[in-house]
Amino acid sequence: MSDTPHNVEGDLHALAVDPPEESAGPAPDAQSRRQVHDMWVAGTEEQAWIAEATDEGAQELLPRDIDPALAVQRGVVVSDDYEVAEQVVEDERQIINMGPQHPSTHGVLRLQLEIESETIRRVKPIIGYLHTGMEKTAETLTYTQGATNVTRMDYLSPFHNELCFSLAVEQLLGIEIPPRAQAIRVLMTELNRVSSHLLWVATQGMDMGAVSMMLYGWRERELVLQFFEAVTGLRMNHNYVRPGGVAADLPDGWEDQVESLLDVVPKGLGEYEELLSENPIFLDRAVGVGVILPEECRAYGVTGPIARASGIDWDLRKAFPYSGIDQYDFDVPVEQNGDVYDRYLVRMEETKQSLRIVRQVLETMPAGDYRTVDRKVTPPPRKRIDESMEALIHHFKLFTEGFKVPEGRVYQAVESPRGELGMYLVSSGGPRPWRLHARTPSFAAVQALPVMMTDSLVADIVATLASTDPVLGDVDR
Amino acid sequence: MEHAPDADEEAAAPYSPMDEPMLEALAAAAPGAEISTRRHVAGGRLDEATVPRDEYGACVAAAYDAGYTTFADLCAVDYYSRDPRFEIVIQLIAMDQRRRLEIRVGVPGQDPVAASITGVFAGANFYEREAWDLFGIDFTGHPDLTRILMPDEWDGHPLRKDASVGSVPVQFKGAHKPA
Repeated sequence: MSDTPHNVEGDLHALAVDPPEESAGPAPDAQSRRQVHDMWVAGTEEQAWIAEATDEGAQELLPRDIDPALAVQRGVVVSDDYEVAEQVVEDERQIINMGPQHPSTHGVLRLQLEIESETIRRVKPIIGYLHTGMEKTAETLTYTQGATNVTRMDYLSPFHNELCFSLAVEQLLGIEIPPRAQAIRVLMTELNRVSSHLLWVATQGMDMGAVSMMLYGWRERELVLQFFEAVTGLRMNHNYVRPGGVAADLPDGWEDQVESLLDVVPKGLGEYEELLSENPIFLDRAVGVGVILPEECRAYGVTGPIARASGIDWDLRKAFPYSGIDQYDFDVPVEQNGDVYDRYLVRMEETKQSLRIVRQVLETMPAGDYRTVDRKVTPPPRKRIDESMEALIHHFKLFTEGFKVPEGRVYQAVESPRGELGMYLVSSGGPRPWRLHARTPSFAAVQALPVMMTDSLVADIVATLASTDPVLGDVDR
Repeated sequence: MEHAPDADEEAAAPYSPMDEPMLEALAAAAPGAEISTRRHVAGGRLDEATVPRDEYGACVAAAYDAGYTTFADLCAVDYYSRDPRFEIVIQLIAMDQRRRLEIRVGVPGQDPVAASITGVFAGANFYEREAWDLFGIDFTGHPDLTRILMPDEWDGHPLRKDASVGSVPVQFKGAHKPA
């Protein structure tokens, strides 16, 4: 790998003292953007040179006839088609980049847009700007440390990441999780769904011009985050759900805090609905915008609220339940139009259903251990370490070597606020994963953006993008 | 590699593909496939198929026709010392029948080539680009096999087991090289 361009070639310090020969005179490439523009206008420069100077980079839009996004769309009616006059000529098409630094892209997403006056003709999402190699990092961390890594992928629903990882490890270990730990996991993940959807409705409002919506959404989300902080010590990246159970029991007085959340958040939801549901500006910008059909959702692996807004009645909590969530009553909202407005309706209803689950967990929280008693996985209590040599050894071994997981592979999926979050875990029998792949819902949603955006208006891009609720940390990992 | 005992599933009855019309269709399309199925705790089913490389495309197309119409995931695993070295793992869902299907296909390290399934599932596009980017597996018939997560000018495929962490020095701005 020594010939990679990321290597430092030569001594940088020496370079600064003694500049090389060629940097003395003006290099042919060193012409300003202004000069390029002038030459372009005057038509004096060779076309090849201009083509190079205005190159889009290595990522290019595909030829029109082999773009798979369009191939899927061909032959189906898309209701957000903007009927543009036929006389627009080919020359009026131009390619512009939206992002990677753009406030409405929720991170660093670059959209290569081919526009024809006000209409988007083609879109190519370009990702990877936030890639930090977390799947590679996971191979170097023990299973005890692994939850710390995965919780940073989708930073708006960290509990779901931890839960998915922990469930996968526990499946390979074949251990039972006590009922109280399962109930705590359900409590935290459902509250996480509430906080994530509150952030979504806040930013959806902000991206569409309703800045007051952002302030209200943040207000209620803050209360949920305060509860997370009381339980885990952190507002995000909690590392609370771990293989074997959870890190600590719920603090004293948690019932009162949850009770007050169940009191305040629904009032907030009522305010949002008053603000948005029948707001003519919001309706104008949301109804019939960014439509995706159920077949397209299936082909592109789009799950979660986006798929449910398109009429797909699929929720992993019902279909492949985990962590004992099937013992609670809740409904799965499904809408039919698949546009921005229906995604709004689905997420608002999901928030209410999650609060309904939280209410049931609060009323039926079982007593008992908050983590498994299996000594191979769970460190001994602090008190035992002073008394017992064995406990000290166990504790030391667990935190230096970690525990070994039997050879095997497993795909575990949970319903995160954004859809199916899956982890494919391969163990070679050692204390570290051989391979950890995260199937993240945002990755699939970003891939499907061309389907939702093609042939719509430039102004609808931001509304459509916000409604897919992408987390770029989740996309790039 | 055997499946570890699983807390979330019940012991499956002795399996015969003839009991399951969906799996029968898979077995017909890929005669070399090893197919198994087990029950999830809540009544769903988890199906698995290990298929030879030359039957992979046909198997995926048959799975689509049999009702596994939702594409969920595609990833690669580098087993390094095993033969075949790589394995491609795809996850499909049949929502109406409440079934999941995992298809695994081995890809040798000397010739890391597999058929692209973008013709069946358009959503495999990004996932195959990711597998190419991180593992160097070539998908024949893919419309746009370019880097997706790594920088475009990157050399090598970082998730392979012979690409170690720290093998590329990090360039810190203005840092002095140790003498």
